Amino acid sequence: MGFDAKFSQKLGARGWIGMALPKKYGGSDADAFSRYVVIEELLAAGAPVSAHWFADRQSGPLILRYGTEEQKESYLPAICRGESYFCIGMSEPNSGSDLASIRSNAKKVGDKWVLNGQKVWTTNAHHSHYMIALVRTSESESRHGGMSQFIIDLSLPGVEVRPIKDLTGAEHFNEVFFDNVELPDEALAGSEGQGWHQVTAELAFERSGPERFLSSMALLKVMIDEVGQYPDAYQAKEIGRLTARLLTLRNMSLSVTRQLNAGANPAWSASCVKDFGVGFEQEIPEIAQSILETLPSTQGGNDYSKVLAYLTQQAPSFSLRGGTREILRGIIARGLGLR
Amino acid sequence: MKEIFESTLEKLLADQVTLDLVKASEEQGWMEPLWDLLQSSGFSLAAAPEESGGTGLGWEELNGVIELCGRFCLPLPLPESILSNWLLGACGLQGLNCAVSFAAENSLQWDGKLLSGSVRQVPWGRYVDKLVTVVGSESPVVVVLEPNSAASSSLSTNLAGESRDDFIFENYLPIDSSALPSNLDSQVLLKGGAMLRSAQIIGALEELLRVSAEYGNERVQFGKPITKFQVVQHQLAVVAENVAAARVSVQAAFEESGSAFPTLQLMAAKICTSDAASVGASTAHAVHGAIGFTQEYSLHPLTRRLWSWRSEYGSATYWSKLLGKSICEMGSEALWPTITSGDLNV
Ligand SMILES: Cc1cc2nc3c(=O)[nH]c(=O)nc-3n(C[C@H](O)[C@H](O)[C@H](O)COP(=O)(O)OP(=O)(O)OC[C@H]3O[C@@H](n4cnc5c(N)ncnc54)[C@H](O)[C@@H]3O)c2cc1C
Repeated sequence: MGFDAKFSQKLGARGWIGMALPKKYGGSDADAFSRYVVIEELLAAGAPVSAHWFADRQSGPLILRYGTEEQKESYLPAICRGESYFCIGMSEPNSGSDLASIRSNAKKVGDKWVLNGQKVWTTNAHHSHYMIALVRTSESESRHGGMSQFIIDLSLPGVEVRPIKDLTGAEHFNEVFFDNVELPDEALAGSEGQGWHQVTAELAFERSGPERFLSSMALLKVMIDEVGQYPDAYQAKEIGRLTARLLTLRNMSLSVTRQLNAGANPAWSASCVKDFGVGFEQEIPEIAQSILETLPSTQGGNDYSKVLAYLTQQAPSFSLRGGTREILRGIIARGLGLR
Repeated sequence: MKEIFESTLEKLLADQVTLDLVKASEEQGWMEPLWDLLQSSGFSLAAAPEESGGTGLGWEELNGVIELCGRFCLPLPLPESILSNWLLGACGLQGLNCAVSFAAENSLQWDGKLLSGSVRQVPWGRYVDKLVTVVGSESPVVVVLEPNSAASSSLSTNLAGESRDDFIFENYLPIDSSALPSNLDSQVLLKGGAMLRSAQIIGALEELLRVSAEYGNERVQFGKPITKFQVVQHQLAVVAENVAAARVSVQAAFEESGSAFPTLQLMAAKICTSDAASVGASTAHAVHGAIGFTQEYSLHPLTRRLWSWRSEYGSATYWSKLLGKSICEMGSEALWPTITSGDLNV
């Protein structure tokens, strides 16, 4: 997913960012399905939507749902214009899957919050204006208590963002340090102590969208081009099976959108979409390298070898970001009454 | 109407279709009293239009009914009768108020009057009064035959002991015939059969998942229920995901079915359900341990059906090859529009 601020602004000008937000905050009052159609077409076409992606998918809806009137007025219009970018600060060096063990904390001092700690693997932090972070705000008896979400202006003193190179050498994710960062009271998003609840609701958006099965679409398409009009039996079988699963994943994702639209929290279904979708997406590069004798290459070669090289290396992250395979299966098992 | 049909059938099957009955049907064959009950309740004519003597329910409304047949391992050709009567109605013929089945495959030659050749793999063929099949590919015609009048037969069963019979007819005058309407093709019974089996598979899989979770929560080893082991949880979670995907694919196929079956959705449904059947059956047996491998325990009626149904009316591989071939023919630019429009002509 490419980053292109100009592209995001053009999309914003057309009203295609924050579509489901109310008109008075710059949105289009569109229903969840209209938004769905637009984002899946953008993804299927491989458009560079990374700049505004988290804001459109997660941060905007979160601010709309839990934010104060002032917060809505101050953040949402710029999101809709494609000018204001957000990143998601959940993971920390010692808290990955076990998110509830986070240690970054904000303490109330007078009418301000003082933030200390560190986030890591924060995608796009180096390009973003704001981070919505989950941090500890009080000691709590319950494992899931005492956490709150803040909208952190990343230009504030005491915030440091350092890109981390991924295995391909590219810089997408970052570590972000907070050293006595002073946040105004208005930076609190939602209710103090309700952070865990808010984050789990947010994850249903993160886990069920079309990006959960369209990341490898480009490879499926070049695979069809490269195989040509006369596939052999093995090629036809694999391409047909992938097509059937693509169709089904889209229907699953639409059904979760329907539930989200109706105000439900379809955490269980969203986890099924994500884990089944990840299986599909990780299989595509495996099938691609078995279906044709083409070497993956990052230094030239045809489209097929380039896209194959790119996705082969991206694939492991699919079952990490947004909750690992094991964590999702745990959620599904709980829904089955097994734990 | 849909709810009434489903709840009535569910109650009837829950009362009648015990494990003993399913087993007895494997040994003794036709469960006449149960068939009479189903027929007199009008289920077999559900999809035939009212003018053909049926109830005129659409496929979307019948999805749940077919699933129930799978969930309860109903050892009778109710799904087959529903499809056969739907086809007769679509051709303007009267629905048949008797046990009726169909043959998706045949080598029948028709001279316009008499038929000769074989029909293959007829579910419950030896017990039904009539069967329907389609002859000719250029201008296909639906014909109604009586298995009793076949010149010879070769009787067999699938893995679950459900009869799957071949018949040879010689210079046989069909008891009824009618041209297929132009929106249906000569493969209509293969497609319809794939629809039925997909829905039966999902019904059986949901039951399989339920009994596996239930058994796993009760079975204690190393001092705790085996579902407290994370490996067991995750294996069942994978089944659940596959079942969730398969369920969505079947729903889409039935929702899009009207006067014809939607090619792309039905292919996806048979592919996803057949794949899910493989994963589900294997995991359910693993979770049940040795007890699940016995004849006495009620797991095998489900798993032996899943192993049979996934191969009937086109395996996942059969439909995948067909689908992949047409996707490649159309080229990559057509892929996404095909997915979003759901239209595919093969
Ligand atoms: C490309 C990429 C982008 C990301 N972007 C962001 C972002 O923008 N914001 C953000 O906050 N985070 C982001 N992440 C972080 C991501 O959310 C974490 O990687 C993920 O939650 C897993 O945490 P971890 O990497 O610390 O692995 P760990 O939690 O240490 O897990 C390692 C392994 O142990 C397994 N494991 C852990 N606990 C259990 C358990 N209870 N039972 C069974 N197995 C278990 C895991 O499944 C995994 O296989 C990103 C990650 C990647 C790869």
